Amino acid sequence: MSLRIVVCVKYVPDATGDRHFADDLTVDRDDVDGLLSELDEYAVEQALQIADEADDAEITVLTVGPEDAKDALRKALSMGADKAVHVEDDDLHGTDVMGTSLVLAKAIEKTGYDLVICGMASTDGVMGVLPAILAERLGVPQVTLLSEVSVEDGVVKGRRDGDAATEQLEASLPAVVSVTDQSGEARYPSFKGIMAAKKKPVESLDLDDLDIDADEVGLEGAWTKVDSAAERPARTAGTIVKDEGEGGKQLAQFLASQKFI
Amino acid sequence: MAEVLVYVDHVDGAVRKPTLELLTLARRVGEPVAVALGPGAEATAATLAEHGATRVLTADAAEFADYLVVPKVDALQAAYESVSPAAVLVPSSAEGKEIAARLAVRIGSGIITDAIDIEAGDEGPVATQSVFAAAFTTKSRVSKGTPVITVKPNSAPVEAAPAAGAVEALAVSFSDKATGTKVVSRTPRESTGRPELTEAAIVVSGGRGVNGAENFALIEGLADSLGAAVGASRAAVDAGWYPHTSQVGQTGKSVSPQLYVATGISGAIQHRAGMQTSKTIVAINKDPEAPIFDLVDYGVVGDLFEVVPQLTDEIKSRKG
Ligand SMILES: Cc1cc2nc3c(=O)[nH]c(=O)nc-3n(C[C@H](O)[C@H](O)[C@@H](O)COP(=O)(O)OP(=O)(O)OC[C@H]3O[C@@H](n4cnc5c(N)ncnc54)[C@H](O)[C@@H]3O)c2cc1C
Ligand SMILES: Cc1cc2nc3c(=O)[nH]c(=O)nc-3n(C[C@H](O)[C@H](O)[C@H](O)COP(=O)(O)OP(=O)(O)OC[C@H]3O[C@@H](n4cnc5c(N)ncnc54)[C@H](O)[C@@H]3O)c2cc1C
Repeated sequence: MSLRIVVCVKYVPDATGDRHFADDLTVDRDDVDGLLSELDEYAVEQALQIADEADDAEITVLTVGPEDAKDALRKALSMGADKAVHVEDDDLHGTDVMGTSLVLAKAIEKTGYDLVICGMASTDGVMGVLPAILAERLGVPQVTLLSEVSVEDGVVKGRRDGDAATEQLEASLPAVVSVTDQSGEARYPSFKGIMAAKKKPVESLDLDDLDIDADEVGLEGAWTKVDSAAERPARTAGTIVKDEGEGGKQLAQFLASQKFI
Repeated sequence: MAEVLVYVDHVDGAVRKPTLELLTLARRVGEPVAVALGPGAEATAATLAEHGATRVLTADAAEFADYLVVPKVDALQAAYESVSPAAVLVPSSAEGKEIAARLAVRIGSGIITDAIDIEAGDEGPVATQSVFAAAFTTKSRVSKGTPVITVKPNSAPVEAAPAAGAVEALAVSFSDKATGTKVVSRTPRESTGRPELTEAAIVVSGGRGVNGAENFALIEGLADSLGAAVGASRAAVDAGWYPHTSQVGQTGKSVSPQLYVATGISGAIQHRAGMQTSKTIVAINKDPEAPIFDLVDYGVVGDLFEVVPQLTDEIKSRKG
């Protein structure tokens, strides 16, 4: 029996670019280049490894995002995923985590799944909660923040490195997993992979296809509201000294003047 | 006055500092009612009362330790239903955020994560967040349901404000999903004897420039002279020189201490995401062009192998 894996990937503004907000206080996506969130590459990688170990598996990559988000799907397909689903709708502009998770949950149910794999966090919103919400919405176990993961005989096992302890976790499929950047370096797409990706199917869905009303998502439907966003004032230039034998002592003097010693 | 639920992060009854900070913030929006779960829950009451908890709801059951996250969500939901609070505040640990998020969906509420401040507003609590690697500061509200907000460590002072802190047993019936994810084993992290990274007032971090696991003894020496926690960049962690649990940055810990000392760290955007909100920033780096120098209050351009030992000695002699 085939193992159906859905990997959730997010298209995000490049963190090394000049990220900022648009007038409606949503993320300005026009001025900054977007890409597949680097942390989701780890999710794709683990999906590929799990699929390799399975007798028969199929990997679908799924994103909720604007037209350009297809770039993120292409990257994941060129890494080796089999097909893609793109949820795209003008009414999605400004959706918060509750709306996004609703759309993802419906799209995952429509696609069919045994295992959902997410990144540990997006590199823009960085909430790190979407996988847990997805598990709640789908009514399946959450096996999240894993630095090691494996699937065998319908059971997912993983290692979670928490603040206070390292835990070994176990749950039956279907389940939602998220993986950290410690789970294993993500592969680069090969030339063959890039060429093959061009022929792989990308299905487009809109809110109607998922039976979601426009007022459940978007800026209007959001359950949170951003009132203001201000650029952090530039730090006042600090004192910089060149070490000419006394650098450590000079720094100690500074720390003492600030009452740290 | 309306009540506000505060989720308690504790280890066998010892309340962690971020929870005490939450109680300070909670008092701005209502009367704090603390929810403490697991072994030692009742033992938290005295500390929580001293810091403003009017009531402490406690529950203990094997489920809290044996299964991941969901049993705690069930318990927090039971508390929510019995209290009908004006807001729910949870510390921004990885687990805290997941508990808060699942509660928010269940009770039909929006969620704000990683707040660095909370004030009372006309339409409910207003949360400040520091986003895009601390390049922007936003103010947001939950516009649907009861605000669920998670708060980062070091976001508020710990203030004594004695209150009744009456212990009440919380009745919890676990959902059928509670036992979905089994915790097969748990290995507690060994204590280093140093302050907890996310809670420390001073953090000394080492990067690729430290050039070897054995050289981290230098960083530890400096940290110990200041009573600081030790952090590391991802480059140092990936090289295996220091444990991953000490990584500072986007995918590591986010720290906001009074003083952050970066040694041999270039200051990549992903590292800055985790330390840029530190009050005072100091760097030692041999490259005058390193981006970290854009952030510093005081920087030394120099070889860390010269500067750090001299600094450590000077601190020790000044402290006598
Ligand atoms: C700076 C900023 C602050 C925000 N603050 C809040 C807030 O306080 N409250 C709130 O409700 N919303 C907030 N949002 C919106 C929220 O980030 C997005 O709605 C959202 O997509 C889910 O959160 P995340 O991207 O932070 O996901 P995370 O929980 O960090 O993402 C974890 C994983 O979920 C998957 N995933 C996330 N989004 C998608 C997607 N669109 N398509 C496919 N997979 C996905 C990926 O696998 C990802 O690795 C904020 C957004 C930004 C940019
Ligand atoms: C998705 C993603 C997430 C990431 N998350 C994190 C994260 O959480 N935390 C993190 O730190 N990084 C993270 N990174 C990695 C980040 O981009 C950088 O690669 C990393 O921070 C570099 O670490 P570094 O500053 O120690 O090393 P380098 O950039 O190599 O810098 C080393 C510095 O040491 C200096 N140096 C060398 N020798 C000496 C000497 N003898 N004396 C003084 N100075 C010396 C050099 O001048 C240089 O500036 C992430 C990257 C990605 C893509």
